[in-house]
Amino acid sequence: MAFALDQIDSLAKRMLFAVQEYTLFCWQGVSSLFRAPHYWADIMTQCDLIGVGSLPIVVLTGFFTGGVLALQSAASLAQFGAQAYTGRFVSLSMIRELAPVLTGLMVSGRNASGMASELGSMVVTEQIDAMRALGTDPMKKLVSPRVLATVVMLFLLTIVSDTLGTAGGAFVAVVISKQNGTQFFTSAYQALGYDDIAQGLTKPLFFGFIIATVGCFFGMKTSGGTQGVGRSTTQAVVVSSVLIIFGDFILSRALLWLYSGV
Amino acid sequence: MPDSILLQPETVAVETPAQPVVLFEHVSLRFDGPPVLEDVSFRVEKGETRILLGPAGVGKSVLLKLANGILRPDSGRIFLFGEEITAMPEDELLKMRMRTGMVFQEGALFDSLTVRDNVGYQLMEQHLPIDQIDQRVHEALRFVELEHTYEMLPASLSGGMRRRVAIARAIINQPELLLYDSPTGGLDPVTSTTIDELIIKERDVYGTPSLLVTHRLQDAFTMATHRFDSEKGEMVPLPQGQINALTSFLVLHQGRLIFDGSTEALVGSDDPFLKEFLA
Repeated sequence: MAFALDQIDSLAKRMLFAVQEYTLFCWQGVSSLFRAPHYWADIMTQCDLIGVGSLPIVVLTGFFTGGVLALQSAASLAQFGAQAYTGRFVSLSMIRELAPVLTGLMVSGRNASGMASELGSMVVTEQIDAMRALGTDPMKKLVSPRVLATVVMLFLLTIVSDTLGTAGGAFVAVVISKQNGTQFFTSAYQALGYDDIAQGLTKPLFFGFIIATVGCFFGMKTSGGTQGVGRSTTQAVVVSSVLIIFGDFILSRALLWLYSGV
Repeated sequence: MPDSILLQPETVAVETPAQPVVLFEHVSLRFDGPPVLEDVSFRVEKGETRILLGPAGVGKSVLLKLANGILRPDSGRIFLFGEEITAMPEDELLKMRMRTGMVFQEGALFDSLTVRDNVGYQLMEQHLPIDQIDQRVHEALRFVELEHTYEMLPASLSGGMRRRVAIARAIINQPELLLYDSPTGGLDPVTSTTIDELIIKERDVYGTPSLLVTHRLQDAFTMATHRFDSEKGEMVPLPQGQINALTSFLVLHQGRLIFDGSTEALVGSDDPFLKEFLA
């Protein structure tokens, strides 16, 4: 019994310590954005790597998710004679929920792992120490540009995913379900309110922050050689994905209350 | 007992030390487990080369990182250029580190940057004009005889070449202190001698004080018994029985500094561990 209590005590302390470390890390990463020197070239490079690099998977995911939504919903709605609402269903689902979450998960799988492995490799080969020895703050040079770039690019990628998702839904509705295209787009447009778009575009700001800070955090805390790099990479993807799903729930609740009072 | 000679650097005169370049006062540090360093005190004076010896895993690299403020001690005080760095904020430490040069164990070159960008990194961070950066990178690479690697990536260099590029990166900003972390570790004897020659060249030509970590006795004694001949452009042995008086030794064992003194004192020590270590 005493042994079990010791284990719980130790685990709780480790978890609290990890949360404390992550919070401090986030604070340093954000505060570094507002202190000179600013690495604009590195920010642009990261925007290219994260934003442009993730574009193909985001386009494909968005388009086919929209298509599947239209396929599934058209069949269900037809049972009630409400097939005309397919556009409304697709656009609301994509813009409020699926585009931000799926884009977040895709970018997390691609970039949180990339950040963790890149920074982790730099840690185990002493490149981070070398950077500090050369008078450069790794938080400013490596972490802050990734955080800013991920937040900005995930926001833009989500808009791309919203557009492609709606387009995918329209393609399926018109080509496969033989619906009227004008009807689809009119229904999709009329269903959308300011609060829906605001909800859908608020989420990626948080998800981008989660992806970059978790990826960089696990990368910078890597220890134990190449095996440690692998471990950090896996942890970064798992933790950022879980935090995105969990964060989505919390954000949805908060945003619904904020915009609809529900 | 061999006679000591004081070698004067060719370009910089050695002055009477006013304050040490590095000063450790009762420094202790532990991670998880037993202490890595315990009550370590020593100093590096201007113009001095101090060689830190000890078996592998004894905390030599940790001590070097403490000297540069990359790690912080649990207790004790560390002074760099007369300023206490023990609890100095990171922003101030970064400025302080601009005055030092550090060569890491495996070179620690940035693998995504070319040799030019690695060597000129500190100058690029200072936003110097490109012409000036290029010129100084060429000079630094010429010093380590690797000018032809200018456009190459670190991955295409041999282990010895990477260390030489790391030395070029460390000296490009004309540091006031050089820290070498096992610069010959894992290299073959011929390449090790080339690295030793570069370190001796830096010591004798520029007179930069340094703290050098190694577990290779041969390197340590080469430092003490050789000088750089600028006319010949190579390292030559000192006359029989003479040693470099500005080169002295520190020995770490089980986290404690068990020796701090000259080459003669080290060789003549009765300490059983030192005798075994030097055997």
